[in-house]
Amino acid sequence: MVKKHLLAYIVFILIIIFFPFFVKSSYTLSIAIFAGINALIAMGLSLLMGYAGQVSLGQAGFYGIGAYVSAILSLKFGIPPVLSALIAALVASVAAIILAIPALKLKGHYLAVATLGFGEIIYVILNELGPGGPSGFGDIPHISLLGYKFISATDHFYLIWIIVFLLIIFSFNIIDSRIGRAMRAIHDSETGSSSMGVDVPLLKTKVFVLSAVYASIAGSFYAHYVTFISPSTFSLFHSVLILTMVVIGGASSLWGAVVGAIIITALPEALRKFEELDVLIYGLILTLSLLFLRKGIVPTFIDKIKGKR
Amino acid sequence: MLKIDGVWKTFGGITALMDVSFQVKKGEIKALIGPNGAGKTTLFNVISGVYKPDRGAITFEEKTISNLNPVKIAHLGISRTFQNVELFGRMTVLENVMVGRHIKSKAGFFSSGLRLPGMINEDREIRRLSEEILEYVGLKDKKDYLAGDMPIGSQRILEIARALATEPKMLLLDEPASGLNDAETRDLSLFIKKLRDEKDITVLLVEHDMGLVMDISDNIVVLNFGEKIAEGTPNEIRNNKHVIDAYLGEEDLF
Repeated sequence: MVKKHLLAYIVFILIIIFFPFFVKSSYTLSIAIFAGINALIAMGLSLLMGYAGQVSLGQAGFYGIGAYVSAILSLKFGIPPVLSALIAALVASVAAIILAIPALKLKGHYLAVATLGFGEIIYVILNELGPGGPSGFGDIPHISLLGYKFISATDHFYLIWIIVFLLIIFSFNIIDSRIGRAMRAIHDSETGSSSMGVDVPLLKTKVFVLSAVYASIAGSFYAHYVTFISPSTFSLFHSVLILTMVVIGGASSLWGAVVGAIIITALPEALRKFEELDVLIYGLILTLSLLFLRKGIVPTFIDKIKGKR
Repeated sequence: MLKIDGVWKTFGGITALMDVSFQVKKGEIKALIGPNGAGKTTLFNVISGVYKPDRGAITFEEKTISNLNPVKIAHLGISRTFQNVELFGRMTVLENVMVGRHIKSKAGFFSSGLRLPGMINEDREIRRLSEEILEYVGLKDKKDYLAGDMPIGSQRILEIARALATEPKMLLLDEPASGLNDAETRDLSLFIKKLRDEKDITVLLVEHDMGLVMDISDNIVVLNFGEKIAEGTPNEIRNNKHVIDAYLGEEDLF
């Protein structure tokens, strides 16, 4: 663990531990679970975008692979959900590698379009070949770990947020290592990085694979939590939503991805009481935060604390 | 140490390098000069693997390197700086040098993510060595500044420091004095000599500042329109008729 994050880690784990004690409504708890799922995908995209400087609009594709592969393996072949989730992550990695070889040669918007195309392909495949077609399928078994079966919302809340917690430590450790420095170096100058012996395409591919694994784990968790999946969850809309979370929260910080995921997931629910005005207010909040918090919520907040600008 | 043998490079219809051959001996400071557009930076890019030569070969310590990419060439011990400075602007001065240790370290995603003991020791060593290098080049007190916020003179020194972190056998410096004032240029020439003498690094540099070139070079190669027109010691070059013709009108050249 890197010391400079220690305080944030402690605060974060305390919030996770005590949240279910204060929130009794299972509805609110389920929103918090979805926020955790989204935070996981957003963290992967944040590593890719904020640190390595690559945009992806295909994260929903990996999310879908994680959900479908794990659900099918556990439902039809009786593989325990944790194992099936690992296999799904492997499948997502292979898909990411195949996509990365041509796509990471592209820069900027071209890469975004290529990943967008990938997401659409997965979406079409799920619709055409997935069990139940567009209407999806249910009866997916719950996760069980060492004989303990995760059924209640509280169980799932702790499981997803502990996964998020562990992976945020894992991710920050990577950022504070030679790998992370090389990622940020690529972001600033590819020419300079390769002259320092950093294999730019290889490193981009690895980060892309890591982001796919995060999204896949989120997808598997989703399938075994909701126990019913259909393709519409994994459409382009979700990729854009994840991108919005990273941008709103602040792409230059992993905490931004988590905060962005919580806000974007919870905001529509919080705005329900405004009835038909909710979409309008939602749009207004996003627009204003992009106008006034250019770097995103978390980096702006950190700058304020440090008294910069 | 470095042998350039009949190298050609064309871009579309323009011949940037025409049958260029010369050698750089171990421990030498060699300068590559010539008017703008003579092909100096192109030759640097061919040596460091950014471009492949159309014809001809480049060998480094008896090994052909003309078909290798920049990453492999960096691994062999050739490091370079850039005319328009390719630092990592949003990273600190220290982090820039630490990236230079990339090829000398090996922790991967898993050992880094889990902070395994081997990785922690390696990272500590990277930091210690990088601070040592910053001390050597005189930038230690600026280690926490963002590289992009530094004045150009310090950026050029930092770029050399970053290259030193790769423990190069040979340094390619592309216009290291460009943007520097007279005092900084004098410091730079002392610094380059110090690198050769203390660190045993062979230097090949492209430079327009003739004062610097004449002061530090053991040997000079002159390019003009992609062709080598002269090679020799600073004294020989000073009196070479072809060189004077190429720089016609620049009477105060030397």
